[in-house]
Amino acid sequence: MGFLAATGRAFLIFLEATGRLALFTGSALSHCVRPPLYPRQILRQMIDIGYYSLPVVGLTALFTGMVLALQSYSGFSRFQAEGAIATVVVLSITRELGPVLAGLMVAGRIGAAMAAEIGTMRVTEQIDALSTLSTNPYKYLVAPRLIAGLTMVPLLVIVADIIGVFGGFLVGVYRLDFNAASYINRTWEFLEPLDVISGLVKAAIFGFLIALMGCYHGYHSKGGAQGVGAATTNAVVSASIMILVWNYLITGLFFSTK
Amino acid sequence: MTTVPKIALKDVTKHFGPKKVLNGIDLEVAKGESLVVIGGSGTGKSVMLKSILGLLTPDSGSIKVDGVETTRLRSREREKMLHKFGMLFQGAALFDSLTVWENVAFGLIQGAHMSRSQAKEIAVAKLGAVGLTPDVAELSPAELSGGMQKRVGLARAIADEPEIIFFDEPTTGLDPIMADVINELIVQCVKDLGATAVTITHDMASARKIADRIAMIYQGRIIWTGHARDIDNSGNAYVDQFVHGRADGPIKMQIKAL
Repeated sequence: MGFLAATGRAFLIFLEATGRLALFTGSALSHCVRPPLYPRQILRQMIDIGYYSLPVVGLTALFTGMVLALQSYSGFSRFQAEGAIATVVVLSITRELGPVLAGLMVAGRIGAAMAAEIGTMRVTEQIDALSTLSTNPYKYLVAPRLIAGLTMVPLLVIVADIIGVFGGFLVGVYRLDFNAASYINRTWEFLEPLDVISGLVKAAIFGFLIALMGCYHGYHSKGGAQGVGAATTNAVVSASIMILVWNYLITGLFFSTK
Repeated sequence: MTTVPKIALKDVTKHFGPKKVLNGIDLEVAKGESLVVIGGSGTGKSVMLKSILGLLTPDSGSIKVDGVETTRLRSREREKMLHKFGMLFQGAALFDSLTVWENVAFGLIQGAHMSRSQAKEIAVAKLGAVGLTPDVAELSPAELSGGMQKRVGLARAIADEPEIIFFDEPTTGLDPIMADVINELIVQCVKDLGATAVTITHDMASARKIADRIAMIYQGRIIWTGHARDIDNSGNAYVDQFVHGRADGPIKMQIKAL
């Protein structure tokens, strides 16, 4: 009896949360396309997401590219396939690791900051103050972050792709003694536009999800410092999980063989 | 011609979960008068203000501003309606990402679409009206003391010359002298603007100073209204107990949580 009631209650809470998120997303999206927009806010968010995330995303990509080259060498050399290393590196980076790892790093950096900032604004009544000053909080706070997430994370991923491939190149040429020209040749040889494009589509969706989760959890946070802390955690965890799930779904959409 | 009350609430109810916070509020505020609503913590004062502003939607009842029903306004019409309002929040609710003058000018720039330089001039003038020097304008809100933040909040509330101003516990958390300074500023600002003012407070000194008329709220209902000078002989045991701050009387404090 108690078990059934508990299951039912959990299910209802889940449905309620899903509905609330859907309403939030719909409302936020409609404010992204209806004027007035706030260019100053959009620019601020773009700089925050795009520019200030460069170091962490760059470092992640660099070491990922390097370790990819190292790992695939030790694996592939067992069946004399070392020649495929450059291809493996560039395909893994552009299709998977660039967008996913950049997305996860940005989720930790930006999603958390968004949830904390908006959550604090909620509990200190700053969001109510926005409304009384005839400014729609969705338009002023949420829309600029969604727009910035959607546009900046793909740009970050382009940078991550380049740095990641360069990391693989460094290890390939200076540690594994490949010929530089042939490594670069191998990199281009099997790369198709769709590999990069699919990665950028992923990045745009990840960027949107990160901003959405940060705003949603911040906007609905309650109960002072503890509430804001919980909102921050929820924003990062839910964004990370959504990134991994959507990554699978989008990959299936682009590259399913059937 | 009958005079339309500036604000009229009729049988307004609101509940959160099982807890009924507003239990049929009836209240009228005439144009140009200063009404102070007194009552203990958790009696529904803040919820009432937020319902009038539309930050919360009441479950039933009618709220009219200038004779226009506001409970079912669409968001764009509500934004227009909110142009009439200014509000000083309990914690001042200043935007901490903006400087002091940008806070004060916020409604002018975002709401009234004034140029930044023109809005800044007005902001500095309004800061002067609440006794702050122009050099404060460039500071960030975090650098100010509590009393100064309240003053900036007051300057922001009066910046675009609203017809109606709400004050949410304007003196809470201030020392008695600063509290009196704020009280005098409120009286002055309301008089200068000719605005209608609604203040909620549990500070009797403040209520006596600000009010033309006083209303007492208890368990989500208005149980007494009268002229400010009649507060000491209201003939109402609840009001007497509150005014004199006695632990004994008809109002029993809920010591245990419900």
